[in-house]
Order: sequence, then structure tokens, then C-alpha cells
Amino acid sequence: MTASPPPASPLRAKRVLPGFGLTMGVTLTYVGVIVLLPVVALVLKGAEIGPARFFAILSAPRTLAALQLTLLAAFMATVFNAAYGLLMAWVLVRYDFPGKRILDALMDIPFALPTAVAGLALSALFAGNGWYGALLEPMGFKVVFTIWGVAVAMSFTSIPFVVRAVQPVLEDLDPQYEQAAITLGAHPFTVFRRVIFPAILPAYMVGITLSFARSLGEFGAVVFIAGNLPMKTEIASLLAVIRLEEYDYNGAAAIAMTLLVIALLLLAVSNLAQARALRYKGKTA
Amino acid sequence: MTMSIAHLTRRFGATEVLRGIDLAVDKGELVALLGPSGSGKTTLLKIIAGLDWPDAGALTVDGEDWLAKRAQDRRIGFVFQHYALFPHMKVRDNIAFGLTVLPKAERPAPKQIAARVGELLHFLQIAPLGDRYPAELSGGQRQRVALGRALAVDPRILLLDEPFGALDAQVRRDLRRWLRGVHDAAGTTTIFVTHDQEEAFELADRVVVMGAGRIEQIGRPDEIYDHPATPFVARFLGLTVELPVTLRAGRAEAPGLDPSALPRRAMADGPATLFLRPTEITPVPDTTGPWRVAEAVSTGALLRLGLEGPADCRIEVEVPRRAGRGLTEGQTVRLRPEAGQIFPRQSNSDGASAPAAKPLSSVKESSL
Ligand SMILES: Nc1ncnc2c1ncn2[C@@H]1O[C@H](COP(=O)(O)OP(=O)(O)O)[C@@H](O)[C@H]1O
Ligand SMILES: [Mg+2]
Repeated sequence: MTASPPPASPLRAKRVLPGFGLTMGVTLTYVGVIVLLPVVALVLKGAEIGPARFFAILSAPRTLAALQLTLLAAFMATVFNAAYGLLMAWVLVRYDFPGKRILDALMDIPFALPTAVAGLALSALFAGNGWYGALLEPMGFKVVFTIWGVAVAMSFTSIPFVVRAVQPVLEDLDPQYEQAAITLGAHPFTVFRRVIFPAILPAYMVGITLSFARSLGEFGAVVFIAGNLPMKTEIASLLAVIRLEEYDYNGAAAIAMTLLVIALLLLAVSNLAQARALRYKGKTA
Repeated sequence: MTMSIAHLTRRFGATEVLRGIDLAVDKGELVALLGPSGSGKTTLLKIIAGLDWPDAGALTVDGEDWLAKRAQDRRIGFVFQHYALFPHMKVRDNIAFGLTVLPKAERPAPKQIAARVGELLHFLQIAPLGDRYPAELSGGQRQRVALGRALAVDPRILLLDEPFGALDAQVRRDLRRWLRGVHDAAGTTTIFVTHDQEEAFELADRVVVMGAGRIEQIGRPDEIYDHPATPFVARFLGLTVELPVTLRAGRAEAPGLDPSALPRRAMADGPATLFLRPTEITPVPDTTGPWRVAEAVSTGALLRLGLEGPADCRIEVEVPRRAGRGLTEGQTVRLRPEAGQIFPRQSNSDGASAPAAKPLSSVKESSL
């Protein structure tokens, strides 16, 4: 995961790509202006609020409800994606069947589709008179305007993260490891648990983390299907927008910063876990 | 345990990779499968291991039909060409793997497993490496760990695919002797694959020479070295000079050939091919000789001579440089072979290679 820096050689002649200063300058400027600056601005804005007020905003029932819904729905979506994504990656790599290429291409649709389109399509499907809704609602299972709808929308837009993270690693996995395990007497599930899964685990964790982070921030697809009832199905990013429209900049910034902190924490934990999982790669990891 | 293989065939699509293999291996034997790359050695080994399945034929071990058994239930030890050590497990856990995946009822207690692993680490002379990861080992050390992992389950038969292929020459030689020691001490039955004849001859009790999906010859190393059974084996063992001769009363005759050093053969008269090692021919200067030195290149110790002879034949021989003083370019010579193999010349060629007596084909290197 870590990009190795160019060798710090004092000899200019040794550089492979010319214009190191220029390329590095451009990329750093870009990172600064587009990525870092907004984050810093947000943090500064949050710092202006002061801890007492910050805490008051966050502990307001409506904010709490929104954060809780967002986290819970993102968790549900991620659990589903983790299971389904792994299965899909496995099927795409390990089996040959007609239409495999098409299925593979379909996996990119959630990324390619404008999220609003996804949201509209999902809410039409799950509405009481939609294809799925007509089946589920008579069974007493309501999706639209509930946390389930939020989770479905989040899951839809973030499923490719897990599939696309695991797929290449699984593809590159040398079949000799499995064969070795088999000759040593391991049965298929043991081979998966003790040989294959540890090999794909780091990539799998990246996929899961990204999937969760994306679900936390998903907006476009969710607002169509959630109904956005305050205290019930209102997600945190929508609440931030509402605060902004009410000219409550502090409220918006506090919510946004909370989401930011959660996402960053998650990335940090995931990276630590990966480093742990990859410690066998020797001193280079 | 005794293993017997009968009429085994395997094809991948249109290519026949194994074309009827018959082989029996006795308990405690160390057998080498020797052959050029692509001859089907790995495929045969994988079928024995249960990682691949033949299209036809039988494989029995102690009378049991192994083709009806899954790989997991055969209790074999397989050492892969590139070792295939589990990268996320320490050496200790790699070696213990086969024991830890045994069904609960048969699995030794953790303490016993640890003891067995310790024993193996000691036996394989890698005791200090138990807590390292495979990425932190040298090639030779990985090789030992791979062998330890295979031996841990006390296999009925040990299979090694090019076990020294990825090592440098010195380590290769050391490990070769060491493997022989391990085999003798552990008392297993071992089959190993190699394309290196020196390795096969030094290590094995019996050598099985394979070519293009067939067994060309089975025998003790010296036997095979002295009496290659087919032109294929002869070429593979470095008898790369091929001379068209005529057999008369068991003696090879050809213009400018002095066969006095060659024993008589009980073979029918007729056209034949004499197979020789480039180092086992002495060119004798002779003003009336039909061969002519077309090229003389020194390699330091040796003089490599390109000789042109009757019927556009061109061969390459090697003589000690000191012995080759009179052999300058343009000199005409007779040939005196010291040792060689004679095979009757067939009208159809012998398998995949070029016809034996075709002029100019004789300088070919053995195809490895
Ligand atoms: N899974 C496979 N699919 C198709 N061809 C294969 C496969 N495995 C081996 N072969 C072919 O079978 C031949 C023999 O292969 P192999 O048994 O690996 O030979 P060796 O080990 O003697 O080099 C080769 O020509 C190889 O291309
Ligand atoms: Mg091979």
C-alpha cells in the first residue's frame, strides 16, 4: 500500500524520470489545494466552535440520531459487502462460466452510475408498488423510508470496493500454495481458512475499510430511498446540508468534522492492521 | 510401500503429455525421473500426488488403488519446485501444518506437535530458523524447510519436483548429499524429478529417463551411463556426435574410422549410427584421412575441433589442447573413437528428434 519514494540519490543522472522537481511540485500542490486544504479549513472551522458548543451540537438528539443511523446503516452495508464482495471476487476468479466477462463488467456499474440515478432506481424498486417492494411489504418487511433502505443504498454504491480489492490478489495467488496444503492433508475449507484467506486478508481489509468509509459519506443514493425523516431516517451528511441551509455553519462543520474523524480513525486502524498482517514480508514491510 | 504404475496416459487438449508410463518403485528406493523439460516429469509426479488425474492407466500403492483416493488421503510428501512455503507462517508453523490439519481424532496434542517440529528442525539442521518467516530465508534454507514440512506427516512416499533447480551450483552439490542422507535416515521411499543428469546419477538408486511422455530407459546410474538404451538417451547423456556407419560382423565401418577401440556388438549387419561423446574421439593426423579440420578453437584446457568428412558430414570433437598440437586447420585426419554406442539406423526417425544420420545434425547440443 505504501508507495516507495524514489531513491534518495544525490546523483541527478541516476533519476529515471526527468523533472523530479516539477512532477513532485505539481503533485504536492494538488494534494495541498484539493485534499489537505479543505480538511484543514474544516478542522479550523471546527476549532473555532469551542469544545462546549461542539459537544452541545453533537449531543443534540437530532444529531445523535443522524450519526447513529449513519454508522449503523454503514455497518450493515459493510457487513453485507464484506460477505458478498468476497464471494463475488471468488466466483469471478475461480470459476469459468458463460457471461463471466459481463458479470465482471457489471461490478463497475455502481461506480460509474451517478449516485442519484442509483438512488432513484433503488427507491423505485423497493417502493410498495415496485418489483421488490411488492414482494417484501406483504411479508411485513419495509425497506424504503427505513434504515434498511439506507443500508441498501450504501451497500449498492460501495460494493465494488471489496470485489476490486480482493480480485487481483486472488488472481495472483500461486496455486502451488493450495496444492501444497492439499498434499499435506488439508481439506478444502481448511485450505481456504489457513492458506488462501490469510493471503487475501490485507487486501480484503482495504476493501472493507473503503467500503465503510464510502458508506459513511454516501449521500446521493441514500436521500432518495431514506425518506429523510428527522430522528428516524436522516443521515449525517444530509443533516450537515440542512444546517448549512439554515446558515448554521458551526452545526454543519461539527457534524462534518465528526464524520471526518471517524473516517480517518478507520483508515489508521486499517493501516495498522494491514501492517500487522503483512509483517511476514520481512523487514521491507 | 511399493508403488506400481501401469499404462498411464495424460493429455492436455491435443497434446499427449504422458503416453503410457509403466513403472514400479520399491520400498526405500530413491528414484530419479530424468528428462528434458517438457517431457512430462512434473505431470507424472502430480498424478502420483493426486494433484492431477490421468486419462487412462492404473496407480496402485501396496495394492490400493490410489486413483480412487483424494490427494488429502494419500499421505504423501510433496516438495514443490519453488517450495511453496506458506509466506504468512513462521518456519515452525509451516512444518507443523500437516500435523495441525489432521482430523481431531488423529491430531497429536500441541505439545507433541511442537516436539516433532523441534525434532525435524534439528534433523534438517535449521534449528535456529524456527521463528523466521520464509521471506527471511535463503534458497537452501527454504529447501530444507519445505522438506521438513513434507516429512512431518511421515509420508508413505516423498515426491520432489526439481528440488535443487532454483539453487546455485555449490549449494546444489551440498544439498544433494544432504538429501541422500535424509532419505537414508528417514527411511522413506523417494521419487525426485530433475533435468540434470549429474544430479540424477549421483543421488539415485535407479534412474528413469523420460522423453516426450515415454519412459526411454530405467536402470542403475552406471548401467544407463554405459549402455544408453535408445538414441534419445544417448543424445541426452551427451553422446552428441552421430556418425553414419555400416555394421559388418559386429564392427562399425566407415571411411576414415578406426574402430579398434570399440567392442564388437552382437547386432545384425546393415546401416547404423554411431553415437559418441565429443571428448571420446581422437583425431589422428593422416595425410590420406577423409576428415579435415575445418576449425580449431581453444577453450583453454580443450581444443574444440570442427571436422568435415565424407558426404558433407560435419562433427565437433574435443581433445586436450596439449594432445592436439598437430591439429591445425586444413589438416586431414582419421577418427579413433574410444567409446560409443551403436544403434541400427531406422528408416523412420526415432521419436521427436531429427533423423540420426542426417549430415550436419550431429553437432546438435543435447536439448535441455
Ligand atoms: N495444465 C496444463 N495444461 C496444458 N498443458 C500442460 C499443463 N501442464 C503441463 N502441460 C504441458 O505438458 C508438457 C509436460 O509438462 P511437464 O509435466 O511440466 O514437463 P516437465 O516437468 O518434464 O518439464 C508440457 O509441454 C506442458 O506444456
Ligand atoms: Mg517440471
